[in-house]
Amino acid sequence: MTTPQTKDHIELRSGAYADSVTLLQVSRAVQAAPGVVAAQVAMATGLNLEVLEGMGFAVPPSSPNDMVVALRLDEDADVASALAAVDAALVPVRPSSGDATVAAPRTTGSALRRSAPRAITLVSVPGASATVEAMDALEAGRDVMIFSDNVPVAEEVALKTYAATRGALVMGPDCGTALLDGVGLGFANAVRPGRIGLVAASGTGCQQLLVLLHHAGATLDGVGVRHALGVGGRDLSSAVGGLATREALRRLDADTEVDLVVVVSKPPAPEVAEQLGREAEALDTPVELGLLGRGQRDLTSVAEAVLARLGHAAPEWPVHGADSSGAATGPLLRGLFVGGTLCDEAMLMATEVLGPIRSNIPLSYDLALAPDELLVDDHSMVDFGDDALTQGRAHPMIDPTLRNEQLARAAADPATGVILLDLVLGHGAEPDPAAMLAPAIAAARADRPVPVIVSLIGTDLDPQGLDVQRDALVAAGAEVHLSNAAATRRALTLIGAFQA
Amino acid sequence: MSEPTVVTVGAGMFADAVAGQAVGVERVDWRPPMPGTHEHLATVATDPRRPEANRRAVEAILGVTAHLVDVAPASEVLGLEAGQFLHAGPPIEWARTSGPLRGALMGGAALEGLVEDPEDAVALFESGSAVSLEPCHHRSAVGPMAGVVTPSMWMWVLEDRATGRRTYCSLNEGLGKVLRYGAYGPEVLTRLRWMGDVLGPLLQAAVRGTPEATDVTGVLTQMLQMGDEAHNRNRAGTLMLLRDLAPAMVSSGFDSSDVAEALRFVGGNDHFFLNLAMPACKLALDAGRDVPGSTMVVAMARNGTDFGIQVSGTGDEWFTGPAQVAEGLFLGDYGPDDANADIGDSAITETAGIGGFAMATAPAIVRLVGGSVPDALATTRRMHEITLAENPRWSVPVLEFQGTPTGIDVSKVCRTGILPQINTGMAGRVAGVGQVGAGLVTPPAEIFPKALAALAARASG
Repeated sequence: MTTPQTKDHIELRSGAYADSVTLLQVSRAVQAAPGVVAAQVAMATGLNLEVLEGMGFAVPPSSPNDMVVALRLDEDADVASALAAVDAALVPVRPSSGDATVAAPRTTGSALRRSAPRAITLVSVPGASATVEAMDALEAGRDVMIFSDNVPVAEEVALKTYAATRGALVMGPDCGTALLDGVGLGFANAVRPGRIGLVAASGTGCQQLLVLLHHAGATLDGVGVRHALGVGGRDLSSAVGGLATREALRRLDADTEVDLVVVVSKPPAPEVAEQLGREAEALDTPVELGLLGRGQRDLTSVAEAVLARLGHAAPEWPVHGADSSGAATGPLLRGLFVGGTLCDEAMLMATEVLGPIRSNIPLSYDLALAPDELLVDDHSMVDFGDDALTQGRAHPMIDPTLRNEQLARAAADPATGVILLDLVLGHGAEPDPAAMLAPAIAAARADRPVPVIVSLIGTDLDPQGLDVQRDALVAAGAEVHLSNAAATRRALTLIGAFQA
Repeated sequence: MSEPTVVTVGAGMFADAVAGQAVGVERVDWRPPMPGTHEHLATVATDPRRPEANRRAVEAILGVTAHLVDVAPASEVLGLEAGQFLHAGPPIEWARTSGPLRGALMGGAALEGLVEDPEDAVALFESGSAVSLEPCHHRSAVGPMAGVVTPSMWMWVLEDRATGRRTYCSLNEGLGKVLRYGAYGPEVLTRLRWMGDVLGPLLQAAVRGTPEATDVTGVLTQMLQMGDEAHNRNRAGTLMLLRDLAPAMVSSGFDSSDVAEALRFVGGNDHFFLNLAMPACKLALDAGRDVPGSTMVVAMARNGTDFGIQVSGTGDEWFTGPAQVAEGLFLGDYGPDDANADIGDSAITETAGIGGFAMATAPAIVRLVGGSVPDALATTRRMHEITLAENPRWSVPVLEFQGTPTGIDVSKVCRTGILPQINTGMAGRVAGVGQVGAGLVTPPAEIFPKALAALAARASG
């Protein structure tokens, strides 16, 4: 019985079952949905079929074990959204009883069944198990952040390919940072909210931008970050081809609360970067691309470009303790980083001035350092967060032992001229990381005053307190910058002066 | 704190960091998977066919309704011929059979007149000529405990009317000294002959004379709300079956003393309905077989020596390991040393999500298996950790009518190390003894990694 103004949708669901009280409540809930004129969700018993007939629905042949979903909709109403209302109403509500026999969930899938409908999953199990847990989230159509590293690239591609079929976002693997509507996941700085959306194939690169924009936003209007979507350091490689970056851009472009999108990445594969550039141009929302690489801008310059787009001149980036660092004590620059992108950025800048830099994450293969011989008679930069140095141990933001040992070794080497470090604050980081780094810096400078230049990636809202952390490092003799590029430039100046 | 919006699996510090931002967190109690399964788990997880395959397999089993359509001899409905013996569990040869299976085979040989004295059957089976052993599962049948079926035994016939598929199970003999527990004394054979001569034909007349075929799946729905878990407790189901069949039994024209004896026999055997619950479960699970990429278990069965599983995505292959001895309570003077290893096809009930999986709904028998009511609730909840779905027709009132945990996932078992919980009877080790107790048992852990490896070998992608 359709009138010109309405249309009927009837479907049978065999094997579906709910009790009659539940179905009454479901029918009522669906009737209240937009565009629904009448709704009856019932088991196809003789009685219910009579009721449906009385309402004018033509029900196809059925058995009492079938569930009938009968909807009468406005002519222009969307059937799919009405069915979504049916499905939502059919999801059983079970009050949590606080019962001691309820054990903690043992899989991600089990935990998601106990959580809010849009709950996001943060995976930080060992890399060999990360894919399995992440798949649970994707199967449920949910987004997932994979902090775990040491995940095979083939598994990353499989996860991201499957996610695309579910409209889900895979942040990672090896994704250190995400900020979703003010909630930080992994290592994330606490920042004031705003209308900028970040996409980051780089954890600490993302954090650098967050803290610079937060610092600028203290005195400039309208500078704040709504979301920072990590995609994992390999997303813009040839193998992965930017699968997650594409989905992240789509999300931010669709978000009416985002006015400007910024993409930051470790050095990407050229063809992927090119493709990304084309896709970014096609979006409605303006996109600032901050892809690290030879001849490309550093992260601080990207932050300054973002500010310029918002109509602001860049502020002075803060420096503390510059008076006490003194002159370089030798010819070599040694960078010891916990942040991979910060290491990359420093290396790219130093290469321009000093020539090739040896590293465990080298810019070219011939410059590679083995994980067991990190101190060489050359300029060098080490990323202690790299997979090879984190197998079976915590990330150096949590366990600084390896870097502190290397700091002592570097300081003891007479060829060492300047030591360049980073320290990252925020949610997920150590409660008081300076308490471990400051004594190591003081000890390193005890015999010979090697200049120690630190980029301290933090905000005044971070749980550790930016001032307290900075003061402890300065008191130990370090020169502390907010901008990693500025810190690197300073170190290069000191080395240059020594060489001259 | 609001409903959790972040699920964390892994480092507790990240969960703390989220909770520190006043956001609700659900923490996974993650532990490393079973040894040696990492790579296979990742391979199977990223098999692009798996999510849809498991969804299809689950929908298939949940879509089946089992109706009781007939009772007839195995020779007629299974085409079983003289010398052919069906048994519970995965395939096995005589030399490896355990005491209770031997006892049941010996009794079955005597019942069929292949030997005069059951003891003479040993030589018959050793020779292997003119006799053959085959799993019930290979003939669309299931058998409790030893599960021995011979041509003259009468079988329940259940049908999925949507497809016409049928499954079969023998009639339940009661407890104590019975063939399925390996007893083969004169009283056992006398009872079996009465079942063949009187009970079977009478039940056939009753089933054929009952206008509305019993919806066994529907009876199971009601049993679960009446304190039966349909493996170790079938009291309500047995009485509901009697309610359905008694009028036609009475009006069947059979001698009234035979009818009275049959009614007494069925009413006095609380396990009578088990032999309908089992083929109903098999009928549902068989619908979930052979879905490429599916990690769902479609059969768990034991022959008293081996415990075997079959998985939807790996066809008819059995993955086997040594059957375990149950823990539980013993009859009379019997003790653990008297018990045989786990035996029977009845774990088909757990495979379908009832039995041990529905322990929460059967508090009356938790002490039988040495547990408490909270243990029973925790058991059913734990089984949800290794299953793919909830059965909307089979719900547990005390768990807010949550559906029973349905569709054991080989991957989830390997990930969590949680083994399916099976309620079971215990047979004596020595042929001829019969039942010695009842209790709880789990499969040998290693069969799940074996099945996982086979799934990984077949994975595409």
